Amino acid sequence: MRRRQQIGIVRRRGIGQSIQRVFLFALLGLFCLYYLAPLIVMVSNSLKSLEEIRMGTLISLPRDVTFEAWGKAWNAACVGVRCDGLEPYIWNSVFMVVPAVAISTFLGALNGYALTKWRFRGADIIFALILFGAFIPFQVILLPMARTLGLLGLAGTIPGLILVHTVYGLAFTTLFFRNFFIGVSDGIVQAAQVDGAGFFGIFFRIVLPMSLPAIVVTVIWQFTQIWNDFLFGIAFTVGDSNPVTVALNNVVNTSTGVKEYNVDMAAAIIAALPTLAVYVIAGAYFVRGLSAGAVKG
Amino acid sequence: MSKPMSKSVAKSMPKGSTAPRLFSQKLERWLPQIVVSPLFALSLVFVYGFIAWTVYISFTKSGVMPNYTLEGFSQYERLWATPRWHVALSNLLVFSVLFIGFCLVIGILLAILLDQRIRIEGVIRTIYLYPMALSFIVTGTVWKWILNPGLGIERLMRQAGFENFTFDWLVNSDFAIYTVVIAGVWQSSGYAMALFLAGLRSVDDEVLKAAAIDGAGAFRTYFSIVLPMMRPVFLSTVIILAHLAIKSFDLVVALTGGGPGYATDMPATFMYSFAFQRSELGVAASSAVVMLVTIIAIIVPYLYSELRGTRK
Repeated sequence: MRRRQQIGIVRRRGIGQSIQRVFLFALLGLFCLYYLAPLIVMVSNSLKSLEEIRMGTLISLPRDVTFEAWGKAWNAACVGVRCDGLEPYIWNSVFMVVPAVAISTFLGALNGYALTKWRFRGADIIFALILFGAFIPFQVILLPMARTLGLLGLAGTIPGLILVHTVYGLAFTTLFFRNFFIGVSDGIVQAAQVDGAGFFGIFFRIVLPMSLPAIVVTVIWQFTQIWNDFLFGIAFTVGDSNPVTVALNNVVNTSTGVKEYNVDMAAAIIAALPTLAVYVIAGAYFVRGLSAGAVKG
Repeated sequence: MSKPMSKSVAKSMPKGSTAPRLFSQKLERWLPQIVVSPLFALSLVFVYGFIAWTVYISFTKSGVMPNYTLEGFSQYERLWATPRWHVALSNLLVFSVLFIGFCLVIGILLAILLDQRIRIEGVIRTIYLYPMALSFIVTGTVWKWILNPGLGIERLMRQAGFENFTFDWLVNSDFAIYTVVIAGVWQSSGYAMALFLAGLRSVDDEVLKAAAIDGAGAFRTYFSIVLPMMRPVFLSTVIILAHLAIKSFDLVVALTGGGPGYATDMPATFMYSFAFQRSELGVAASSAVVMLVTIIAIIVPYLYSELRGTRK
């Protein structure tokens, strides 16, 4: 986001101005606390022993920092009847998210390129029809999808989930690349065409290398969406093939035995770490994806 | 730009050299369509075909198994005769109004505060927006703990000496839906802030300068000049939030599990429960169709105006 260069609305005007600034920063700080509090609670309680949680308060910091809860959340917490922790489910999510993101991003790029740089008759209508898929409530396709996965022999499997995420991610990836390519000059494509380059030649040698920003935005968006998905995970997988969000929910809601809140918190952080890391590293691209999700064509 | 470029390029070449059209050249000419077709077909089947299937099922006698005998509107009658569906609808209404309202107010406030030439704006913005990177399941898990009377805020206040402090909304069926609002607003208000901030930044500096010269204070400038100019941003933010609200499923499952009882059921959880737990496919399909129609009523006019506006 561009910073305002010229005179903004607040002008410097002595004491009144300083008081206003103090008030401004106090409010901003308060909201920082509001957004950070749950994260602090999560981290601090995940580092306590169960004994300390029972004795202490919600916001007290851990006296004896222990990573016991983290270890347990990773490989010993009970997810339903199986007590191997989140690790196997993290791998499920990884094996699901990598191919799904790669395929849907590549196809979206190809789609966006064909729809904007080779505008044939009906391209706009096709785009509008594809885009609609980004907005449907997925409840409306759950039942037929479950039956289709069954027919394909993919029910309850990771490849089934990859298929689902790829198909329903396509609307978003197409949107992102279409919006990007619309801003790319047609002259480049035309010049390459005169030089004798074909559809795929131009795509792989010219268009794809220059669309790195769009690729980053799309990959981040798809990664976050698919990693955080819960609905498809719970509807289309069972037990051993659950993605990590479903496993986390099961850990938290396992009613047998003593409730281990520190393990719950550690598990929540583990499940959130990949997307949080992406956000911290590539925040600007993440935000760009969010505002593109607002269909700013 | 509207003309296919392959045609115009072919035209500009001397006629004679392209006279014997080779198969590969023809193929090359149709390649864009050939590439888009399978992807488009995928969308036709998995989006439109599946919607058609669900709509069809909603008009049949389907129970535990799909039954393709049409039966008119009886599934919808059954749906509307289900008290739980009415709870889900009124919850959706309460949740949407409060969720959208709070996100808008907090979003605008934070955007205006951040627009005051703050040096560490980037850091603050990152903090306000990070919940959007989290799964609703994670959000639900942590808020479930904070709002739990025996563990969270209530216990904290009692330990601090307020013996009679009570905050049991999470387990109180009359108030549990508000806990979903609390967690939802926490997660999504930063998103509203980001959209509004982008909108504020797109307001022309000249307008602000003119207002300052006319002697309008900061407050007046925002409320009578800047915010009215941002009507399109308002509209798209409300639409996005409404869309999030109607689809909200994960948060409810993680935070309250739809409970106590079914006090915090929403259409999305209702549909899931009838489809996969109670195996009443007809009722589940009809509830999904109602959700779809609601979203279409909101999204299609919006998409239409957005796409028409950007077409060149």
